[in-house]
Amino acid sequence: MKLLKSLLAATAVAAMCIAVPAQAETKRIALVVKALGIGFFEAAAKGAEEAAKELGDVEIIYTGPTDTTAEGQIEVINALIAQKVDAIAVSANDQDALVPALKKAMQRGITVISWDSGVAADGRQLHLNPSSNALIGNMIIKLAADHLPDGGDVAVLSASATATNQNTWIEEMNKVKDNYPGINVVATVYGDDLADKSYREAQGLMQSYPDLKAIIAPTSVGIVAAAQAVSDAEKAGQVNVTGLGLPSEMAGHIDSGASKSFAIWNPIDLGYSATMLAYNLAAGNAEAKPGAEIPMGRMGSLTLNDNNEGAMADPFVYDSSNIDDFKDIF
Amino acid sequence: MSVSQANETNPVRQVPDRLRSPLQRLLASWEILLLGVAVAVFVLNSFASPYFLDPWNLSDATFNFTEKALIAFAMALLIVSGEIDLSVASIIALASTAMGFAVQLGAETPTLVLVGLGVGLLCGAFNGALVTGLGLPSIVVTIGTMSLFRGISYIVLGDKAYTGYPADFAFFGQGYVWWVISFEFVLFAFMAVLFAVLLHKTNFGRAVYVIGNNPVGALFSGIRVPRVKFALFLLTGVMSGVAAICLTSRLGATRPSIAFGWELEVVTMVVLGGVNILGGSGTIPGVVIAAFVMGMVTFGFGLLNVPGIVMSIFIGLLLIGVIALPRIARRMLAARRG
Repeated sequence: MKLLKSLLAATAVAAMCIAVPAQAETKRIALVVKALGIGFFEAAAKGAEEAAKELGDVEIIYTGPTDTTAEGQIEVINALIAQKVDAIAVSANDQDALVPALKKAMQRGITVISWDSGVAADGRQLHLNPSSNALIGNMIIKLAADHLPDGGDVAVLSASATATNQNTWIEEMNKVKDNYPGINVVATVYGDDLADKSYREAQGLMQSYPDLKAIIAPTSVGIVAAAQAVSDAEKAGQVNVTGLGLPSEMAGHIDSGASKSFAIWNPIDLGYSATMLAYNLAAGNAEAKPGAEIPMGRMGSLTLNDNNEGAMADPFVYDSSNIDDFKDIF
Repeated sequence: MSVSQANETNPVRQVPDRLRSPLQRLLASWEILLLGVAVAVFVLNSFASPYFLDPWNLSDATFNFTEKALIAFAMALLIVSGEIDLSVASIIALASTAMGFAVQLGAETPTLVLVGLGVGLLCGAFNGALVTGLGLPSIVVTIGTMSLFRGISYIVLGDKAYTGYPADFAFFGQGYVWWVISFEFVLFAFMAVLFAVLLHKTNFGRAVYVIGNNPVGALFSGIRVPRVKFALFLLTGVMSGVAAICLTSRLGATRPSIAFGWELEVVTMVVLGGVNILGGSGTIPGVVIAAFVMGMVTFGFGLLNVPGIVMSIFIGLLLIGVIALPRIARRMLAARRG
């Protein structure tokens, strides 16, 4: 014990004398995810590598804890601070618990941004949302309209009547539905994000509205159940199921034709954009402040609101042309 | 009855610190062996990463183990006595939730500390009462309370979090006493000395060894076994409360998943420190060195950006190696003699 302590002290002193190793020219950007081994984040890392290749002088450190815990992420962040990385881009397991560790990182001159799952405002310089409520609201009705050139009846299958996310998206959808003439929203039903209830609600919609042309389900549970109901009723081709879903769960229904297309954020684009933003802030090309427009390569630029948050893009559309590339990812 | 015979022939009762085995001398030097591992890890780390030998980085690294080590000290005594407490991480969750609740009611830092310690004490008393009062096996009781305590946190908090801890409360987990020496590290060093004295220099500590070696013999030699065990559960509960205060202060927030999985890391630390999982032997200096080894291994791997999964595998292998090594050596010795 005594020996170890004196050794610690001795090496600490020695470390003070040895000059800090010269900083390499390349910018080291750490992509910290909720936990390693999750397809969504592996895809984001792919996007980060793409951005790094494009920028040239960037090294990506893709890391994260084994479990989705805040403590695990803090250990990872401490190790990154110690390595004096140039930037940390984190998808947080806990929006509050990471703040002290990330504040420390910023005090030591490291650029900190959050993406996907955000950190409280004083723990990061900016937050990158995959999309915005307005963009999602517009996208879900556009998906239905794209395959209905002559218009027709569509219905919404939502999660529960109290689900904040879905209600906001449907509200945003209603604001813009006049832009899609001929599209008639005839009903909104609630499947409570339960597979069996959503299935029955979708069956009910097809019986109540024989002319129904599309079902919009802005929930990953509802969209799968509705597509199944359409397949089972042998109405694939007549009724198009669309909305927000996961490629892995929807691949079969795209193949069967029950769903022509659906949307969700693209993790590759997300990792790419997060890397671009972190690079531009770390290199001093841009400053994170309300109203700022920060470039993010092929994804355009991010406009920050008063809370230093911004939305990346429209949700990404998946159809028969690209589903096979994504179904194994998430 | 061997204990009473020993008493007749030898007026000074000799209770060995360690189980008698052909490898007693090797075991006696366990701490030296571990210290060698610690030094090796330290040297390897300094060669592997240019960032390791930095006072602030080393200071940051201590946070990886200080809170777990605080519990490990108490757990070491409990395991030496032949019991175990797997609910420690859940006690942290419950104590942290209670502190967060107190904050909502407007409690100040001193009250929060009392709440944290108090909840720890109550949880320890609950475990202790079930084990010593009803005579239930501690591993079963504490697997039950592991779910129970964290379950209460989940009911209270759900997917919400308590935040808004007072600014001065942050000192316990984020404060520095002097230069790079954090409050947590000072607390760790202080508790290490306190527990070393308690286990190795007091009658209570001797009683803990005796109970671990031979509970029936301990009872016959006048040691109040249930009372000692109850005290050890209380101690483990309180130390979990202390760890809860430090961790909550460091995070500045409480979620029901706080400290998830720490019970295994604490037990790993204790066993790596040379404490016999079956009870009866082990030392506090061993646990202290094991804490340093685990902290430096995780930090060193972190500096090299080794994925956490590989880290878990390494710690697992280290643990198996540590437990298997004496047995393998014993067999080899026996084979040579035979």
